[in-house]
Amino acid sequence: MSRRVEIVEDILSANDHLAAENLARLEAAGVFSVNLMASPGAGKTTLIEQTISQLRPRLRLAVIDGDLATSLDADRAAAAGAEAVQINTGGQCHLDAVMVRRGLEALDLSQIDLLLVENVGNLVCPSSFDLGTHRRVLIASVPEGDDKPYKYPGSYRAIDALVLNKIDLLPHVRFDVDTFRRGVEILNPGVRFFLMSCTTGEGLTAWLEWLEAEVGERRAEAVT
Amino acid sequence: MHELSLAESTLELALRHAQGAGATRVTGLHLVVGEFTPLEESSLTFYWDRITRGTSASGSRVSIRRVPARMACVDCGRALDPVTETWCCPTCGSGRLRLTSGDECYLESIDVEGEVA
Repeated sequence: MSRRVEIVEDILSANDHLAAENLARLEAAGVFSVNLMASPGAGKTTLIEQTISQLRPRLRLAVIDGDLATSLDADRAAAAGAEAVQINTGGQCHLDAVMVRRGLEALDLSQIDLLLVENVGNLVCPSSFDLGTHRRVLIASVPEGDDKPYKYPGSYRAIDALVLNKIDLLPHVRFDVDTFRRGVEILNPGVRFFLMSCTTGEGLTAWLEWLEAEVGERRAEAVT
Repeated sequence: MHELSLAESTLELALRHAQGAGATRVTGLHLVVGEFTPLEESSLTFYWDRITRGTSASGSRVSIRRVPARMACVDCGRALDPVTETWCCPTCGSGRLRLTSGDECYLESIDVEGEVA
C-alpha cells in the first residue's frame, strides 16, 4: 500500500544550506562578495581585470573563477593582481555552493576585502544556484540584443545589479536601452543599473564606487 | 547539464524524507516547477532513471506540475500573462509590473511504500 508524504521543500535546499554557510563564512571574515553571471563573451573577465587593476591600490581582491576547463580566466585575474582560484566544473554548466566552498577553502579570507566569483558563461543555469555571495550581478552586453530580459527571465531575475556592457557599440547595433531596462526592472524592481564600456572605460567609476561602498559597509559591520 | 544537479538534489531530498517517514521504497515524486524556472522535463526524467538505479527510489515516477508565470500591475493590480502578453499593463498602461508566480522549484510530496520494522 502506498502512502503520500507531504514535503514542500525547495529542490535545491541542500545547495541553499551550503550557500548560507558560505555567506556566514564570508561575513565572519568581513569579506564582501559578488557572484558575476553572464553569457559567454559578455565581458565578465575583462570587467574583473579592470576592477582589479583600479581597486588594487585600495583593496585586497580575490577571484574564484568557474569554467568548464582551462585556467585562462584565473590566469588573467592573477596577472591583474588578485588572488585567483580556478574551479573547473568538468563540463557542468554552472557553479554551485559546494564548488564555491572549495574555492573559499583555498583562500585566506582574512587577507581579502572583495571577492569576485566569476560564474560559468551561461544565461540559463547559474541563476538557479545560490552561491552564498552578498550580491548577484548579471553582465549583459549590447550585441546580445535588447530582448534578453524577456527571453531569459529566469536569469534576469533575482539579481541585485545589472551591468550593460559594450555601450560603445550602441551606435552600430539595434538596441533600445529603454526597452531593455524596462524588462530588467519589471523582473527586479529597484535593481541597480550600470551602463558601461570596458573598452572606453565609460561607466566604470560608478561600478567601482558601488563596490567600494559595499566593501566599506562589510568592514564596518565586521568591526562592530 | 543542470537537470542532473536538480535530479541528484531531488533524489537526496526524497530519500531523506522517505527514511524520516519510515518507508522502504519511494514510488512517486511530485514536483512543482514554475514556468520561468529553467527545467527541461524530459532531460530530468532521463537522468532520474539512471541515478535512481540501486536506490530505494528505483523505478519511481516523477510528475511535474508546472505553475504558469503571472505578473501583476503594481499600480492597478491587474494580473497578466507575461508569456503571451506584452510587459505593459493593458488596463492602466503602467510599465511597473511584478512577477507573482512562476519561479517555483520544490518537492511537494512523495509516494512511499513499506514500513521499517
